[in-house]
Amino acid sequence: MAQERNFPIGSPILEVKNISLSFGGVKAITNASFSILEHEIKAIIGPNGAGKSSMLNCINGIYQPQEGNIIFKNKLLPKINPNLIAKMGISRTFQNLALFKRMSVLDNILVGRRLHSNSNFLQVAFQTPKARNQEKENRQKCEEIIEFLEIADIKMTPVGKLPYGLQKKVELGRALATEAEVLLLDEPMAGMNVEEKREMCRFILKVNDEIGTTMVLIEHDMGVVMDISDNVVVLDYGKTLADGPPSEIRANQDVIDAYLGVAHD
Amino acid sequence: MKNNKIFMEYNKSDIINFLLLMLIAFVLIPVTVKSGYWYSSILIPWLCLALASIGQQIVMGYAGQLALGAAGFMAAGAFACYNLILRVPDIPFFVALVLSGLIAAAFGILFGLPSLRVRGIYLMVATLASQFFIVWMIDKFGWFKNYDSSGIITAQDIVIMGKSFTSPMEMYLVIVFVVTILTLLAVNMARGSTGRNWMAVRDMDIAAESMGISLLRTKLQAFAISAFYCGVAGALFAFTYLKSLEPVAFDIKLSFKILFMVILGGLGTINGAFIGAAFILLFPVLLNSVGNNVFHGAIDATIISSIEQVVFGVLIIVFMIYEPLGMAKLWENLKFKVKNK
Repeated sequence: MAQERNFPIGSPILEVKNISLSFGGVKAITNASFSILEHEIKAIIGPNGAGKSSMLNCINGIYQPQEGNIIFKNKLLPKINPNLIAKMGISRTFQNLALFKRMSVLDNILVGRRLHSNSNFLQVAFQTPKARNQEKENRQKCEEIIEFLEIADIKMTPVGKLPYGLQKKVELGRALATEAEVLLLDEPMAGMNVEEKREMCRFILKVNDEIGTTMVLIEHDMGVVMDISDNVVVLDYGKTLADGPPSEIRANQDVIDAYLGVAHD
Repeated sequence: MKNNKIFMEYNKSDIINFLLLMLIAFVLIPVTVKSGYWYSSILIPWLCLALASIGQQIVMGYAGQLALGAAGFMAAGAFACYNLILRVPDIPFFVALVLSGLIAAAFGILFGLPSLRVRGIYLMVATLASQFFIVWMIDKFGWFKNYDSSGIITAQDIVIMGKSFTSPMEMYLVIVFVVTILTLLAVNMARGSTGRNWMAVRDMDIAAESMGISLLRTKLQAFAISAFYCGVAGALFAFTYLKSLEPVAFDIKLSFKILFMVILGGLGTINGAFIGAAFILLFPVLLNSVGNNVFHGAIDATIISSIEQVVFGVLIIVFMIYEPLGMAKLWENLKFKVKNK
């Protein structure tokens, strides 16, 4: 715990301020606020329907909260514009896998490099030196990610044909390829066995340590959450119930009542 | 299993295949094929329609936008080319051809706009507008047809650098040249970042957006490029195959034909466009010659054309269910099997 980090936790990079989101009469998020610090791993936990995924969707611009603001690097995030928000440096994975099913693993991860290739279609069509070089660099980067995630043997397989665990890995790879400053991971370990989970944790920690990427993850496995996150925010019925380091959250009576329950040991 | 399929850098077998094809197209065919029938009834329409199929392939197979109206864009290209040559003195043919493509592309952007709001079958219905509007416009306003009352205008001769290309073989060479270049460009786009953006939008648009792909730009780009290909194909089709210009030639039946070529050939493949076009075009010819030569005309011509419809219909259903990637995929599988024997 006490060991020196390559990228020490800094000041808030993303601030969620009094967000409220409702669908018709159903309130998904009510006046939730928390902030995410630079280079930290932040877990969002809470019971089903607490508004965790909705929160990520708000940050990433898929939903527009009716009230409140989200501030990223001292700038207000634009409303409902995932593509602009991606350009600002926020990338994500999805809860129910949103991969490009008919494309190969390599191509999926290459799409993550979208913001690192600005050659237009004419430059691509005529294979100008600029387009060639960018493509080469992006492919190199993707090969590195594929190597890192240990999925080199399946890189040409269409992702639709891969088992669930591997697809989750590919999705992480695609998010990593963006080299975004903030990664939103929506249940990156759902449906995985212990071994796979351990592997995934290793990847997340390594990326955070080596590149300093700020991670926001939703996870239900409390063991994992308490292990890898620097801070935890607890949502319940769309409200922020608690926000703090794992040790504090574990001891928080409200959180125990609402979500954690009492440990039997 | 070897993974030598690195897309970007063309590998050795790609280049050898390409050179072989070029040798066949530019040397072997012109040297050996002498009959005008082969050029003007098979090779020329095949290449023209294959080019239009590439256009349809881009918007439908790659970008996943169900569009139906390729023939409308072909009409736009054909009449644009006619008017450009007619009204702009000394315009080089290839310049006119590219401009026709660009005019068609402008229509493509216009009629691609509904794709920002609707998708699937509804988009298909919305894009039908291009089919009907363009053909109606050309019919309605005499200017496009240079106020020709007969309704059928003879296309001008193709003149390149002072030499006119009028014999079937000469026209074939012009087309092969254009198709080669445009196919190469399409392959480059499809294999490069442009094609990946299209496919990402096709497979999962929300994720594509979250990766920084603008749906608006990507969809309209696909529509524009698709219409460009259709426009050029339409101009070539009118100038070399029909040798005349009439709006009726670009009716909805042609749009459907191109749609079938793409589905049977294989969605999301460039060579599928060529395979599909060959099949749709050659199958009726084959059926006819079987009817004539095997049954010596004992089968009525109308029955033969009905059989043709039935076979196409059945094949489309079969391919949709068992091999959505079409004949191009079957061809890949076959190659794979032969290689691994």
